[in-house]
Amino acid sequence: MLARLGLPLSLLLLAALASLIIAIGVGSAQISPAQIWQVVMGNNMQGEGDALAHTMVIDLRLPRALSAFAVGGLLAVAGALMQVLLRNPLADPYVLGLSGGASIGALAAMLGGLGGLVISGSAFGGALLSTFLVFGLAHGSGGWTPSRLLLTGVVVAAGWGAVITLILALSPAERLPGMLYWLMGDLSYARTPWPPLLLLLATCVVLIPLGRSLNVLARGPQQAAALGVAVRPLEWCIYIAASLLTAAAVTTAGSIGFVGLVVPHMLRLLLGNDQRLILPACALAGGTLLVLADTLARTMIAPEQLPVGVITALLGVPTFLFLLYRSR
Amino acid sequence: MSVLATRDLIIDVPGREGGTPLNITIEPGQVWGVLGPNGAGKTTLLHTLAGLQAPRSGSVQLNDSALGQLRRRHVAQRLGLVFQDRQDGFPATVLETALIGRHPYLSPWQMEGAEDYARAEAALEDLDVAHLRDRLVSTLSGGERQRVAIATVLTQAPNVWLADEPTNHLDLHHQSAVMALMAKQAKQGQAVIMCLHDLNLAARWCDHVLLLYPNGEACWGSRDNMLMPSALEDLYRQKLAVVEVDGAPVFVPIKG
Repeated sequence: MLARLGLPLSLLLLAALASLIIAIGVGSAQISPAQIWQVVMGNNMQGEGDALAHTMVIDLRLPRALSAFAVGGLLAVAGALMQVLLRNPLADPYVLGLSGGASIGALAAMLGGLGGLVISGSAFGGALLSTFLVFGLAHGSGGWTPSRLLLTGVVVAAGWGAVITLILALSPAERLPGMLYWLMGDLSYARTPWPPLLLLLATCVVLIPLGRSLNVLARGPQQAAALGVAVRPLEWCIYIAASLLTAAAVTTAGSIGFVGLVVPHMLRLLLGNDQRLILPACALAGGTLLVLADTLARTMIAPEQLPVGVITALLGVPTFLFLLYRSR
Repeated sequence: MSVLATRDLIIDVPGREGGTPLNITIEPGQVWGVLGPNGAGKTTLLHTLAGLQAPRSGSVQLNDSALGQLRRRHVAQRLGLVFQDRQDGFPATVLETALIGRHPYLSPWQMEGAEDYARAEAALEDLDVAHLRDRLVSTLSGGERQRVAIATVLTQAPNVWLADEPTNHLDLHHQSAVMALMAKQAKQGQAVIMCLHDLNLAARWCDHVLLLYPNGEACWGSRDNMLMPSALEDLYRQKLAVVEVDGAPVFVPIKG
């Protein structure tokens, strides 16, 4: 049993480390893995070249790579949670209108000419507002069902979509590129990587003991209740956790589509459906995917950068379709 | 000592006024059959007894404590439910499905151990589905899925079995095998309560019967007192002929 969990997770961990080394090494100036090792270990710091390497690794590339990793992991875990909560393979962190709400917050701040921290805070507020709006409306009179929650979310998201278009239409031309990049995901807004990274780690630690309950919940709420799961509290817990994770991810890097939908599915096709394995695997694989995608995004047409959301889709769509085609 | 008892229980069937308050006492070793036409509330009764649905009034006692007061996990260690219909959200294998029967016994940090696997595999063997252990449940036939669902509850090993039409989708041989399994559970000291559509299975395998009418009225008692042709004709609004085969009455619907 432990071997069944250990092997895939170790492989994914190695892939994650490799992706981070690539992300730190590749760019306008190449840095070799040996140099990265020296810088990270903090020894042998003489000479101008080494000082430059130090600045690039510690101040520029490492924070950005770690931010990408955290955001990818958060989105993938949030997606896996939403799919269990809604028992619907099409669920992803954005389907419930979260990214729409966050986008409105961020775009409104940009429209007002505000920058930096205000954009992040406003995006976070928008995401939370959207969460409560959707949950409150889906609750309505009487209880909520997965299909009702999903439908409410999709409709609210469509409403946000219209407002986003409205804001874009009203915005002065010089602000448009920044807004469009934000909408497609952009890690150059990322500041310190630690809050999302710590959140990702904490979530994984909290979720692993809940994994078996999630496995049972995936078989339907009645079956889960009959097997001793306190269904309603668990569903609340998943909903709030997934919303927080998404809000944190969106706040760090704008709205990056696709990771939350595709990474959990890819892993389910490869590793089966035990949430105790899938959730930590999602954290690692989602992080790896986004680190690689961001590296491509900033190097492909350097010194210009591409929105990372474009790359995740271009990488993820064919891989996912291939796995789906091959599956039984 | 009763394992399951109801006190003035009225189940919550939408659009139904009142009904007979149920005061049933179920003891270890008893096999109860719940009979009634479609929509009489058999499934609602079973879900209420399992604590999955709140009653309109009255209460259910499990081992002399009120069901509503107990934690779900403790209830699940004592009481198992075979559902009439199941949803498969995500693909899972037969063995994984049986293993979730161990969920109520494992702490959050615990993984399933060798003993849990042994129990699940023994249950699959008992239900004649061990050869399907690595198949996805979604690829099985209706009858095979039904047997996997029963194997899951067998892995759960509850004192009280609530089974909603456990012979659904089963061929004749497996119908008998499942009823024999329920009887064996009762012999080992478990209590079994089943909703049944087949009067003849009830007549052969149950020792107590509860008749549930669409208007909420109910009567219950020992099988021989309950399975009166006139009462059953009234219950189902269907004329019946009765013959005796192998020491048990067999009810056959007739025209007119």
